[in-house]
Amino acid sequence: MAIVYSEEHEWIDVEGGVATIGISTYAAEQLGDVVFVELPDAGKTLAKGDEVAVVESVKAASEVYAPVSGEIVAVNDALADAPGTVNESAEKDGWFMKIKLSDTSELEGFMDADAYKAFADSQ
Amino acid sequence: MNDQGRPTRPNENDDTVGTPVRPTFTGNRALQLEEPLIFEIGRPEACGVDIEPVANAKPRLGNHARSTPIDLPGLSEPEAVRHYVRLSQKNYAIDMGLYPLGSCTMKHNPRINETMARLPGFADIHPLQPQSTVQGALRLIEELAGWLTTITGMASIAMSPKAGAHGELCGMMAIKAALAARGEARSFVLVPESAHGTNPATAALLGYNVLEVPARDDGTVDPASVQGLIDAHPGEVAAIMLTNPNTCGLFEPDVVKIADAIHAAGGYFYCDGANLNAIMGKARPGDLGVDAMHINLHKTFSTPHGGGGPGAGPVVLSQALAPFAPLPFVTKADGRYRLVESKDDDSSADAFGRLTAFHGQMGMFVRALAWMLSHGADGMRQVSEDAVLNANYIRAGLSDLMSLPFPDHPSMHEVLFDDTFLRDTDVTTLDFAKAMIDEGYHPMTMYFPLVVHGALLIEPTESESRASLDLFIATLRDLVFAAKDGAAERFTQAPRFAPRKRLDETGAARKPILKWTPPPPFEAAAE
Amino acid sequence: MRYLPHTDQDRADMLATIGVGAIDDLFSGVPADKLLGDKLDLPDHQSEMAVARHLSALAGDNRAAGAGPFFVGAGAYRHHVPASVDHIIQRSEFLTSYTPYQPEITQGTLQSLFEFQTQVANLTAMDVANASMYDGSTGTAEAVLMAHRLTKCKKAVISGGLHPQYRGVVETLSGMSGGVVAALPPDPAGTEAIIDAIDDETSCVVVQSPTVYGQLIDLEPIAEKAHAHGALLVAVFTEVISLGMLEPPGAKGADIVVGEGQSIGNPLTFGGPYVGLFATRQKYLRQMPGRVCGETVDAAGDRGFVLTLSTREQHIRRDKATSNICTNSGLCCLAFTIHMTLLGEAGLRKLAEANHARACQLADALGAVPGVEVINETFFNEFTLRLPKPAKDAVRALAERDVLAGVPASRLEPGHADLDNLLIVAATETVTDADIAAYADALMEVV
Repeated sequence: MAIVYSEEHEWIDVEGGVATIGISTYAAEQLGDVVFVELPDAGKTLAKGDEVAVVESVKAASEVYAPVSGEIVAVNDALADAPGTVNESAEKDGWFMKIKLSDTSELEGFMDADAYKAFADSQ
Repeated sequence: MNDQGRPTRPNENDDTVGTPVRPTFTGNRALQLEEPLIFEIGRPEACGVDIEPVANAKPRLGNHARSTPIDLPGLSEPEAVRHYVRLSQKNYAIDMGLYPLGSCTMKHNPRINETMARLPGFADIHPLQPQSTVQGALRLIEELAGWLTTITGMASIAMSPKAGAHGELCGMMAIKAALAARGEARSFVLVPESAHGTNPATAALLGYNVLEVPARDDGTVDPASVQGLIDAHPGEVAAIMLTNPNTCGLFEPDVVKIADAIHAAGGYFYCDGANLNAIMGKARPGDLGVDAMHINLHKTFSTPHGGGGPGAGPVVLSQALAPFAPLPFVTKADGRYRLVESKDDDSSADAFGRLTAFHGQMGMFVRALAWMLSHGADGMRQVSEDAVLNANYIRAGLSDLMSLPFPDHPSMHEVLFDDTFLRDTDVTTLDFAKAMIDEGYHPMTMYFPLVVHGALLIEPTESESRASLDLFIATLRDLVFAAKDGAAERFTQAPRFAPRKRLDETGAARKPILKWTPPPPFEAAAE
Repeated sequence: MRYLPHTDQDRADMLATIGVGAIDDLFSGVPADKLLGDKLDLPDHQSEMAVARHLSALAGDNRAAGAGPFFVGAGAYRHHVPASVDHIIQRSEFLTSYTPYQPEITQGTLQSLFEFQTQVANLTAMDVANASMYDGSTGTAEAVLMAHRLTKCKKAVISGGLHPQYRGVVETLSGMSGGVVAALPPDPAGTEAIIDAIDDETSCVVVQSPTVYGQLIDLEPIAEKAHAHGALLVAVFTEVISLGMLEPPGAKGADIVVGEGQSIGNPLTFGGPYVGLFATRQKYLRQMPGRVCGETVDAAGDRGFVLTLSTREQHIRRDKATSNICTNSGLCCLAFTIHMTLLGEAGLRKLAEANHARACQLADALGAVPGVEVINETFFNEFTLRLPKPAKDAVRALAERDVLAGVPASRLEPGHADLDNLLIVAATETVTDADIAAYADALMEVV
């Protein structure tokens, strides 16, 4: 499945019932130099809309909300030492966490890359 | 998202990055002297104090004696004095020039205040020595309390809060206690979006949910919005926290209506008193329906800022909140002053508890009272008039070139510009501010309040002469012209002449180095 | 009006430039019926001489500690501060600067904060320290809130040896923000079984050593029990000079160390301003309240310092901040840093030894007074006497003999009859042989 995007500027890449989540390149640019990402513990179960992470630049902090429900099966520990990865590779190496989906119907309604680009340009 | 839009790393296109410019052997530039850390020049055995040895036949430390070194360097007195004097010369200060930080009220700090605070009868008294031996100190607290309640037209005051934010906490605790005494536990506090960050932080600390009140197009709070939020949460709004004059430098025109609305709903009006300098002797918060307001003695009453404190934040209270003021407080009977320190009598039955050990920032009280005595009723009124006059004089001198987001009302003691005037240049608010450093000025408050884009908030205070304001205006005009002329490097490379160029805040936050650690041994470093 | 630069002509000219007729035109935002017509009911301005006369008279109505024998402590201590400290902190560039928001022109303040943080971290044997809190008591309350955040538990277990006014501050802040305080009864002997009070609901254990009664406490077993239950040990001190001689809390398993720094560099000043010291482990850094200063480089590659990690703070996080604190005790921590630099490791040790020696001498002298007992087995520069009569009465009688003898335990803990005869007594390097003799003689007369 191709990468999809939420209106909260997260990207979601689903493979085999597991969604990899991060913030979009556009969001990373808006935030500026990322200095810290607070990630949850693997194993935690969450509902769509729960606050799951905080991403900080020098002068701002933004909460990240779970775009889907499920169990966290992995988090990107490499961001602890290299938070700048979020700026350098927001939609690949800068991923935040992997969530095992509990309800695939939640994937309806996200935007594809073109729709997200139009959405971001309108912001 | 980072809507402040301000870069936090040195410009990567700056070709000086990574190539330290060393025009001299020492790195010094005449009076600008480089200075290492004490850990690089001190020695553990070096000492600048001669301590008289005392014989001790029978130590009582049990098995608690220290067995490990501390790792503290020492310096002799001449070395220490030189070290800290050299450091001091890397600081800007109000004694050196205009310090136009909005909402910070950087005014002249009279030196008689320092002299008075150092009298042994104030500096060398202990908070727990017998009350009969500190009657003068207790009387000073009472006198200061009287001045503050008279200036604000309020019923009562809590003197112990240690800073503005601590005062805010005190006022909101009094409100929470008053509601609890009525058997109510309300859950919402209204905070305008232009508020200082301490307001929502304080409300949240006390377990309240913050409801943001949007600003009107003219920068003020709409009583209809307040009423709307009250109606949406009937019986659940504990208080509104409103700054007046607000952080846009405007007197809230509907403040009385807002107070009435919150009172009608059974809530309280907390006023952030950061901007009291605009209204002393001109208007009294007590006449506007305020229930609690902290007073920053380190702003309005000129106790020095000291590079970030100490402050003092007494809180004036309405009749409704007065019984809930924290311990301790001073009372007077039969010509003697008494400190009520615990809930041991009727007068303290409703006190919400204790905010700090001891009785408050006495050293700041002495300085503030010295300032008030010096100015008097006539002088304080003149202070507010001159502060407002100076802000509007700057506004008049710059409003044709810089952009005023709220032109409809006169400014109070500070004037707010936004960055519209920089729109077609390559210069940001931050660049503009940094260029002011090269011109010998401390920048104004930037990117606050959040209600306008790229805010520049200027508060000159009453301490500036007309000549000082004229030069400041002329300097800013020259900078605006330069920005519009495309002289971007004067801004993006700024500051060029300060002790340091722009600092890498991103690097500092990504890999925090918060203390000095010894460098690795030479062999290891060479590998 | 010596502080106001404008002449009446200046004001008139400036109003004309602004384009208004009168100053009140600029106050048109104030509702007309709220604009004061009359002057405030307060005296008019006064000369510098008159101000000095008035305040000197008030100061003269206090008995300065240095004016005679003085043994009052319990959280604030009289020490000698070298003259150069006060001279340097009164330099305009330190005294009249703001919080260092523009690092390029405030490196002086920032570098001294970096030195301060390092001194505090090394003294306490912790990884990181912040750039100060208001004082030891508010710092202790902030430490409890930090422990609540870290452990997601809400119960603080408070030792009966914690300064009762510190406990009061914790109770107020924790109580108002939804926390629970389990306070043990007053513990003058230092023998309470605090370990038994720790359970899985506990977020932190707050223990002071030396206690308010002067006893030295073994923190290690308390830390072990706390950690076994997922709780943190908050170690508190009120006399920072004790760290010159005592094992640091960081070596005993403390997770947060917090205390009062007034003794170094700062006068008594009737209780404030003081300087709270706050240190913790690296792994808890992001939940630490208060300002911190960090090292970085500038655009030319030169070392410099900035305020950092500010996303924890109120001006960014607003209602999600770790604390609502904005100012710290800037000038007080500068005084601390200068004084500590003048002392150095060797000087601090000698100063601590002089304090301990004076207290030992005093304990021996007072303990020899018939009917008077020193209850402490261990102490640093402060201990507790059991008198044959209420300490309040003794303190009053001794004050009449010009000896400020200490703090009655009942002043800090009213309502505990068993504490009525206890007197908390401190001796620092400022005490002389003659002071000790005067105290012992007067006490003999009084009891």
